[in-house]
Amino acid sequence: MNGSFQKDIVVTVIATALLIWLMPVFISTFTLTVLIIYGMLGLSLGLIWGFGGILCFGQAAFFGLGAYTYAIAALNIGESTLPMLLAVAVPAVLAALLGAMMFYGRLNDVYLGVITLVVTLILFKFINSTAGPQYTIGNARLGGFNGIPGFQTLNVPGRPDAYIWGDAYFHVCAVALAGVFLLVSALLRSSFGRIAVGIRENETRMSLMGYDVRARKTVLFTAGAAIAGLAGALFANWGEIVTPNLFSLGQSAEIIIWCIVGGLGTRFGPILGAAGLAYLKFLLGQQSMIDNTLIMGLILVLFVLFLPRGAVPTLVDLFRSVPWRRRSGRTIRARHTRRREV
Amino acid sequence: MDLFFVILLEILYAIGSLILISAGLAVVFGMMKVINLAHGEFMMMGGYATITAVDLGVNIFIAMLVVAPLIVGMIGLVVERLVIRRLYGRLVDTMLATWGLSLFFIGLATMIFGNTTTGISTPIPGFSVGNYQISGYNFFIIAVAFLLLLAVFLILKTTRAGLIARGAMQRADMAAALGYSPERIYMATFFCGSALSGLAGAVLAPLVGLVPTSGGAYIAKAFITVIAGGPSLIAGLLTSAGFFGAVNQVFTFAVSPVFGEVALLVSAVVLLRLIPQGITSKFFRGKF
Repeated sequence: MNGSFQKDIVVTVIATALLIWLMPVFISTFTLTVLIIYGMLGLSLGLIWGFGGILCFGQAAFFGLGAYTYAIAALNIGESTLPMLLAVAVPAVLAALLGAMMFYGRLNDVYLGVITLVVTLILFKFINSTAGPQYTIGNARLGGFNGIPGFQTLNVPGRPDAYIWGDAYFHVCAVALAGVFLLVSALLRSSFGRIAVGIRENETRMSLMGYDVRARKTVLFTAGAAIAGLAGALFANWGEIVTPNLFSLGQSAEIIIWCIVGGLGTRFGPILGAAGLAYLKFLLGQQSMIDNTLIMGLILVLFVLFLPRGAVPTLVDLFRSVPWRRRSGRTIRARHTRRREV
Repeated sequence: MDLFFVILLEILYAIGSLILISAGLAVVFGMMKVINLAHGEFMMMGGYATITAVDLGVNIFIAMLVVAPLIVGMIGLVVERLVIRRLYGRLVDTMLATWGLSLFFIGLATMIFGNTTTGISTPIPGFSVGNYQISGYNFFIIAVAFLLLLAVFLILKTTRAGLIARGAMQRADMAAALGYSPERIYMATFFCGSALSGLAGAVLAPLVGLVPTSGGAYIAKAFITVIAGGPSLIAGLLTSAGFFGAVNQVFTFAVSPVFGEVALLVSAVVLLRLIPQGITSKFFRGKF
């Protein structure tokens, strides 16, 4: 985290402009849209795991909950503005409750992992079993394994007939990702963000310094869930159907793989990891020689073994270690990043 | 009266199958403090090993109780040498790496066996109690689960290998100072844990249609049972499997099977919030 927030804004604007005008030359905007959404989902876990040290095995729960909230609310309301807001709010509320329960109980590592995993499973099992007609919320039938199709997709606020789709929807998603990225950057540059990193490095030290570690972790966890919920709502709009698979363990695993491969403790890493691996999966899906689950698994194992810091930090360090850029501060920074992996 | 007997049997069966699916994970976790998230896939491979062996003409009981544990144990040995060995002491990294392995094995099984359901029929016929039909195979599972626990107990309690294992479990550095290579102990432990996973997968295979993703159904339950059990291997397994099995079956009979599963998961969250170190960190301390 060097440079200033002004620099962040410039970088974000340039990156977004490149994304909007250059990338569609290579990849269709329909595919790009979902890559952006996955990027946002990756960023949500990258924020809480990479900067807060909270390893959540159930980020997919918030993603799926955002998507389902949007679908159910859109079916009942018929206009997309309020459902979008609800899709951010509902996962955030759940995360606040869950986070408070876990962090005020001082649960860590494995126990955090088990509980978030279990909550995801509960949602998955429950939603999967809601095929019967008795499971309806207003006009929306939950539909069990088949999911919910046919809800109102995104429209211009206040005008339910003016749908946003195709290239326009791609632009909305790109701008949304840029907005979320800037919010995350601002959060990390604030004292809250720096204290969160302090908690990640040494929880006891931060609480002895007088910071309320439990409350701060809960807030960070909630912020991550809100971003995941937004990604979920955007995904629902992209796919025009929501299914219980959004909650599945496989989905959670993928988010974790994106973060590991992209690089923890960076903001770009999880986004690039998500988009890159999702695109790789898309390409692999076009051949039937090798199963793509096998390749995803192999990538995760190899990264954990040989490149545990992820691609982005490694590349950045390579770039920094080029002789003409060598600075005296480098060794100190390298030592810090290494300690985090333990 | 008949209903009472049936429910009791179902509860015992639920406990037995929880013990079976968690034993392999518990051995590895208790000994090495390694969470093997590929545990479910080890079970899945145990199932496939059994079915393949039966198709080749091996007696089904030999296939389940001998062939499957050996094959999966061997696979576990390879995995330990190639991956786990490099990650000792890094709990989160092992979880991630073994999660990667689980995806890898799912992919591999899909490539070899295809994404279709295979299965074998249960080798033991059912019988009826009053108006209720009961599967005789349930008794077999209960028996295997409790014999397994008994065997682990006897090995740990009476044999020299068990003594070394218990020593390494409590103080790995002391065991090393006395001349027992922790590396070898861990290797053997991982072999045993994998073999137990293979056995569990094999024994449960006739009850479920096997697909490459079958492992996912087990891993969460096994993970919960082991973590909730806490530091003691056998007492932990017995108490947490007993608790979760009872909760699951009571709610299954009272409401519905799905609700039974959800009740199990919710009770796990509550239990872990109250005693995060596991049941045996509070009760039955110092037993194994």
